[in-house]
Amino acid sequence: MKKLLISAAALAVTAGMGMAQDVVRMGTEGAYPPWNFINDDGEVDGFERELGDELCARAELECEWVTNEWDSIIPNLVSGNYDTIIAGMSITDERDEVIDFTQAYTPPDPSSYLALSMDVDVENAVIAAQTNTIQAAFVAEQGWTLVEFPTPEETIAAVRNGEADAVLADKSYLAAAAAENDDLMLLEREEQIGGGVGMGLRESDDELLETFDAAIQSMKDDGSLNALIEKWEVASTF
Amino acid sequence: MFSYCEDPSTLDGLVWLSCYLTTGKQFLFYQSFGTVLILLFITAPVALAFGFGGAIAARSRIAPLRWVGKLYIAMVRGVPDIVYFMFFVIALDQALEWLRHKWKCPDWDQPIRQGSDFIVCAQAKLPLSAAPQVWHEVYNASLAIFTFGIVFGAFAANVLFGAMRAVPRAQIETAEAYGMTPRQAFWRILVPQMWIYALPGLSNLWMILIKATPLLFLLGVEDIVYWARELGGSANPRFTDYPHGDWRLWYFLALLVFYLAFTRLSEIVLGRLTERLSHGQATLGGVKQGKAA
Amino acid sequence: MSCWETVADYAFRSLGFGERLLPRSDFTLCQQFTLIGSGLIWNVYYGALALGFGFFLAVSLAVGKAAANPLFRKPAEWFIFVFRGSPLFIQFFLAYFLFLKLKQWQPVFDPLTSAVLGALIVLFFNTAAYSGEIFHGALRSVPRGDVEAAEAYGMTGWTKFRRVIFPTMLRLGWPSYTNEAIFLFHATTLVFFSGFPAWQQKGDALYYASYFADKTFNPFIPYPIVAFYFVLLTLVLIGLFGLVNRRLNRHLPQDQRPRMRLKPQILR
Repeated sequence: MKKLLISAAALAVTAGMGMAQDVVRMGTEGAYPPWNFINDDGEVDGFERELGDELCARAELECEWVTNEWDSIIPNLVSGNYDTIIAGMSITDERDEVIDFTQAYTPPDPSSYLALSMDVDVENAVIAAQTNTIQAAFVAEQGWTLVEFPTPEETIAAVRNGEADAVLADKSYLAAAAAENDDLMLLEREEQIGGGVGMGLRESDDELLETFDAAIQSMKDDGSLNALIEKWEVASTF
Repeated sequence: MFSYCEDPSTLDGLVWLSCYLTTGKQFLFYQSFGTVLILLFITAPVALAFGFGGAIAARSRIAPLRWVGKLYIAMVRGVPDIVYFMFFVIALDQALEWLRHKWKCPDWDQPIRQGSDFIVCAQAKLPLSAAPQVWHEVYNASLAIFTFGIVFGAFAANVLFGAMRAVPRAQIETAEAYGMTPRQAFWRILVPQMWIYALPGLSNLWMILIKATPLLFLLGVEDIVYWARELGGSANPRFTDYPHGDWRLWYFLALLVFYLAFTRLSEIVLGRLTERLSHGQATLGGVKQGKAA
Repeated sequence: MSCWETVADYAFRSLGFGERLLPRSDFTLCQQFTLIGSGLIWNVYYGALALGFGFFLAVSLAVGKAAANPLFRKPAEWFIFVFRGSPLFIQFFLAYFLFLKLKQWQPVFDPLTSAVLGALIVLFFNTAAYSGEIFHGALRSVPRGDVEAAEAYGMTGWTKFRRVIFPTMLRLGWPSYTNEAIFLFHATTLVFFSGFPAWQQKGDALYYASYFADKTFNPFIPYPIVAFYFVLLTLVLIGLFGLVNRRLNRHLPQDQRPRMRLKPQILR
């Protein structure tokens, strides 16, 4: 441990002398499996971890993973606490005004509903969604009954304990939950909201944006992105 | 951790639990208790220092300084602490980086604010983005301590201000009669005597501080509440070797027990301290009958 | 859209009246002021009701804790210890889980999981514990002479309590009770922050402030607005409690009346 600290200090000093190669700090939420989550060893894991590491390798960047609460994930990006958001964030116009997105690394996928029974009438039901997501905005816009929770975990818990009739969230997230719990099921109805999922960067970081864009393109071209998507079952493939 | 934990799905009962409770993720949870305690023990003196400064300012003979002091004291009375926590850290971080930016990159010609971006030159970043994660965490924790220090320093200023006024006027007059300057009278007479008046308030403040620690997660510290939520949420076997249902209730009960035990312990220690200080001559042996108030 | 229209649309949004959709683009200062102000209705609701109901429980707790009989004393002591010894944040969280369990067991408990009732109950217990401790302290400092005088007049039991002990206790505890009231109102901002979910985007002042901070990505406007509202609220509270304080002390000679100020040892 001590050794680690010392080498850390040494690193900081050399960095202070102006090394050209900066570390890119990747910000994620760590609570949205299979996209990103904290594994048993306490490390960031999931589709985006693997994707991010591969992108950094291709762009020859040194990357480091940071977790941040979903609520403040954009303010902390723009004030420079990390350099990218890679947290299953759908590309929307609203967000695009404040930050920039790379090209999508998953195609636009429908959001779906998870409920305890197949015959929930979503328009007259209580729909749970995570605060500050496109799904929450969607339900509010439709004028349906919305109940908001700060974490994705709590939205599913709400359905199980009867607080809400259904959750609206990304299909892959809900599918993973439905596969493990016999009492939960996906409704047939799906909603087409939001674009694909992309990496968020500060608007001023054009260079880094291009680097990641190129890396994503190269993964798209050689099919490794599709393989990764299939491995983690996060979305449909390109 | 243990060798028999290779394949947890074959285990059950206490053996399973012993493996579950010793995963790397669980250790991060245990560590966070340490983090919270360390932050608490650093924050307390910081807050006290802010409080002392605030109280002195509020007693100042210079009117503007006095107003600042009084305003600072009034601050926590008027506004919920949580409101400060919501934007103090980002404000502090930006202020520090801006100052460093002015100092390190004087010939930077681009605006600091570009739209909603806050941009300083790479050398002014705190910590430098190449710095290892440890430093980022240390930096975040310092910001959190500073924020807590400012907010709870206002409480402390209030307590100390009251305590300074509670020291009998005659004491100061006597000091002045002995020919001490106001400064000497303040440091030699007032300050040593005020602590006993301040102690009940400061003990109370310590309790408040303990109970404010769950708000640390608002300041970007991965504290016990963060991990209790994270670990307690139901775990899907696809992503973990230790699947379980929604255990948040148990994790939060553990936190409740932790807090109750910690406040009880503090009550006992502070009670003894009060007793010892208030009986000026009480010896160590004399504290035996000390009862937690 | 003029500011008046915004006020008309959103002034009671937190209660579910007016425009259903929250503003989603081109945020104006007026919108922020109106909606956050609208959310403040809930803070006042929680604060006022919890304080009102909590007062009676607090007095019972104070008397219970001072009782000689352990059958009364122990429960009061434990109640006060649990609610004063743990963070409100955790209390909200646990209460929400508890209410969910109750709800699954008996549908009678359905309304408990809504913030309107559930959070109110938690705040009610919480403030009762804090005020109970304050009143207990005051009860112990009721001058012996007052009680003896009452007994000399032949007062006993309930009459003695109602006419002598209770008013004196109230008078002595009032300045700290004022503080408790202020901090209780501050604590109401935690309601939608831990455990209790917001329905139909109806939340308190802090809920709307964080909504705007999320949407505008700028925390430096909405939170100071919340701060502004709370300063006003605190001033109103101090004014109201000051009036009561005057009334409680009206029998004392001018120079002996305690002035309302924050006593150092009784901050919450």
